[in-house]
Amino acid sequence: MNGIHDMGGMDGFGAVEPEEHEPVFHARWEGAVLAATRVMGAIGGWNIDQGRYGIELLPPNLYLTPYYRRWLERLEWGLVTYGYAGADEIAAGRALCPGKAPPRGRFTVDKVDRVTRRGTFTRETNSTAKFAIGDRVRARNLHPKGHTRLPRYVRGHAGVIERLHGCQVFPDSAAMGQGENPQWLYTVRFDGRELWGADADPTLAVSVEAFEPYLEALT
Amino acid sequence: MTTSEHPHGHDHGESSELSETELRVRALQTILIDKGYTDAAALDAIVEAYEQKIGPHIGARVVARAWTDPAFRQALLADATAAVSPFGQGGRVGENLVAVENTPERHNMVVCTLCSCYPWDVLGLPPVWYKSFAYRSRTVKEPRSVLREFGVTLPERTEIRVWDSTAEVRYLVLPMRPAGTDGWSEEKLATLVTRDSMVGTGLPRSPEPRS
Repeated sequence: MNGIHDMGGMDGFGAVEPEEHEPVFHARWEGAVLAATRVMGAIGGWNIDQGRYGIELLPPNLYLTPYYRRWLERLEWGLVTYGYAGADEIAAGRALCPGKAPPRGRFTVDKVDRVTRRGTFTRETNSTAKFAIGDRVRARNLHPKGHTRLPRYVRGHAGVIERLHGCQVFPDSAAMGQGENPQWLYTVRFDGRELWGADADPTLAVSVEAFEPYLEALT
Repeated sequence: MTTSEHPHGHDHGESSELSETELRVRALQTILIDKGYTDAAALDAIVEAYEQKIGPHIGARVVARAWTDPAFRQALLADATAAVSPFGQGGRVGENLVAVENTPERHNMVVCTLCSCYPWDVLGLPPVWYKSFAYRSRTVKEPRSVLREFGVTLPERTEIRVWDSTAEVRYLVLPMRPAGTDGWSEEKLATLVTRDSMVGTGLPRSPEPRS
């Protein structure tokens, strides 16, 4: 979806403001939201792509709030959407009926190491990659209403395949509950002037990771 | 008080000071625990892991090793997941970690324009600026002006390579070793490696001039 989350190249957000000696969390509730969100992922409540899509579905005025506020909105949304709590329970602030059996079981302290590692998204395949390193490609001009990881700022632009990352879970399918549908994943490099025009920084090159369905061959 | 303490205790003096956000979060913790999805100790242990165990000190040790051990540097650039795993929490890091090396000709920066993808098993949770709308929107278009806000000015001819993390590949920048560090131990070198230098928005610290 062409949402507010797709921010590459937008103007108007002001300066970047690094914070000296920044704490990991600025308030206890931030850590609590992160922990609860990790728990729901670990027990199989929803997958990472469904989680990202949940944030993208927030109305822009809610999206443009502090980071863990968005996570809080997404957590409530996920609990209700995927059947782990009722809206009435969230309103009441307590459970009103027993929980749903989580696909991967209850989350206990011995599983903490597992959630502090990133997941595994590479999948075995019998298919052959359509593109090779050095091939010239164009990012397709796609505007799906659902979740996608092809940012707007590269759509329609020409680039070069730089790396091949194997076959991986396709977010566009996984986020929509349509299965993993693994696709070949590439790093595609774009010249800054191709993306931003003749006045762009001539020393700039930008790459994105692009799944094969996002790309077409350039001859 | 722990982060996941139940709100059932009727401490009106304290509760009246809790914000709406804090009350909502407490309610969700209560629901998760009451429904049997987890317990308070597990929720606290996740927070503790991110506050105390996982952070940029992991990446700093990796960079210092690469500065002192050419064979490790080669292994890191060839397959960062395999090379970095022994440094990771529990002796593992996630797949598809890629190390990109800064040189006099090329400077690397990492961003996630779509959300907040970051190599958190190597650097910990991302700082607020990395997740900010300003950083996410501008880095792919005007990286030099972003760098200036971090106090970094690079030569005009240096290529700036921006890696937008749009899938599950994660990037670690291998910064250049500062001059004046000949003969330094790996441990001492690691003290010069900042988090920002491994994201590409900073450079390593310079060694203190000898008095």
